[in-house]
Amino acid sequence: MATPNTPLWEVFIRSRNGLAHKHVGSLHASDATMALQAARDIYTRRGEGLSIWVVPSTAITASDPAEKGMMFEPAESKIYRHPTFYEVPDEVGHM
Amino acid sequence: MYTQALNMAETDDRGLEDATKAAQFQARIDAEERIEPNDWMPAAYRKTLTRQISQHAHSEIVGMLPEGNWITRAPTLRRKAALLAKVQDECGHGLYLYAAAETLGSSREELVDAMLAGKAKYSSIFNYPTLTWADIGTIGWLVDGAAIMNQIPLCRCSYGPYARAMIRVCKEESFHQRQGYEIMVTLCRGSGEQKAMAQDALNRWWWPVLMMFGPPDATSQHSDTSTKWKIKRFSNDELRQKFVDATVPQAQYLGLTIPDPGMVQDAEGHWRYSEIDWTEFKQVLAGNGPCNRDRMAARRKAHEEGAWVREAAATYAAKRAQRQTAQAAE
Repeated sequence: MATPNTPLWEVFIRSRNGLAHKHVGSLHASDATMALQAARDIYTRRGEGLSIWVVPSTAITASDPAEKGMMFEPAESKIYRHPTFYEVPDEVGHM
Repeated sequence: MYTQALNMAETDDRGLEDATKAAQFQARIDAEERIEPNDWMPAAYRKTLTRQISQHAHSEIVGMLPEGNWITRAPTLRRKAALLAKVQDECGHGLYLYAAAETLGSSREELVDAMLAGKAKYSSIFNYPTLTWADIGTIGWLVDGAAIMNQIPLCRCSYGPYARAMIRVCKEESFHQRQGYEIMVTLCRGSGEQKAMAQDALNRWWWPVLMMFGPPDATSQHSDTSTKWKIKRFSNDELRQKFVDATVPQAQYLGLTIPDPGMVQDAEGHWRYSEIDWTEFKQVLAGNGPCNRDRMAARRKAHEEGAWVREAAATYAAKRAQRQTAQAAE
């Protein structure tokens, strides 16, 4: 029988308690159970993680890098969203 | 590791593409920005990288064979555990690299098939046999040492996924080199026979290792584009010289002689090596090295014998998915 291409998964690992899961790479596996086991073998051979997430790559919706200008423009013009935009007299000290 | 010797430039077809896009692309490269999978890139950049990264991946996988040969015969349990871990790492490196190559648009299946069909190459160094235990020490010390020299600059390669894979690989590779050197130190402090075994391994591996860096700059016609695209940061000869300078003192510490009677240290402290026999390199690349046929046969056998596992896993996943859909419909 012709074997279909094995699906691709994205792997996320929480390195220590308190830190968010971070994308570390991808792998191929035919189902979620095997993806988790493969992620352990490929990405945590030296105690890199305490928790693993695997997500089918096809489930990810990504923004288009070609449209990043338009996509992120609203944040660029709003410098008043940053604390340094506001003036506080020196006498007041650290705020 | 192990791709430089195989780099071939693509025909430059950028003239056919949008000149503005090409200029913007080059400006991003010049500004040291990383190129990511969904970004626009020239077709030749994509093709060059797909070939380089997949050859790099194939090399990691084929590289498991010469060392795997000694797992069952390692002299102690400590050595066996370390060698097993190292060979496992090589497999992991192959997988990171296939994943990086795939982001450029070819499937892993296609890449692997190209290798099995003999259309894609892997590093010529793995076509040499591992005759004694000292070869395992020498591979770690010199082959992995040369690979590190080659791979560290690749951590800053312009293509993001490749650079990130290289960072992981380099971290792990350092253990490989140290475990190899430790084996050499132990042999060189051992009996006369053990030291002779270490010297013999160095004699056989020295020149093939120098060839790993690829043809001399004067004859290598393909580096220009790769350099311009910041895939390659140093020339073959620069990296080779760096490697030789780093290795000579390590050999001296071991009390071993580098098999190059013409080698001299110049006024600046660089160790100048003799002419490399490039006919041998070309022969091995052309498929006529000592183990080319064995390596290919071993890879094909493993692939064919693993077919039932891939089929079973795919069938099981399909069955489960079907059952889930049926349950959801109830």
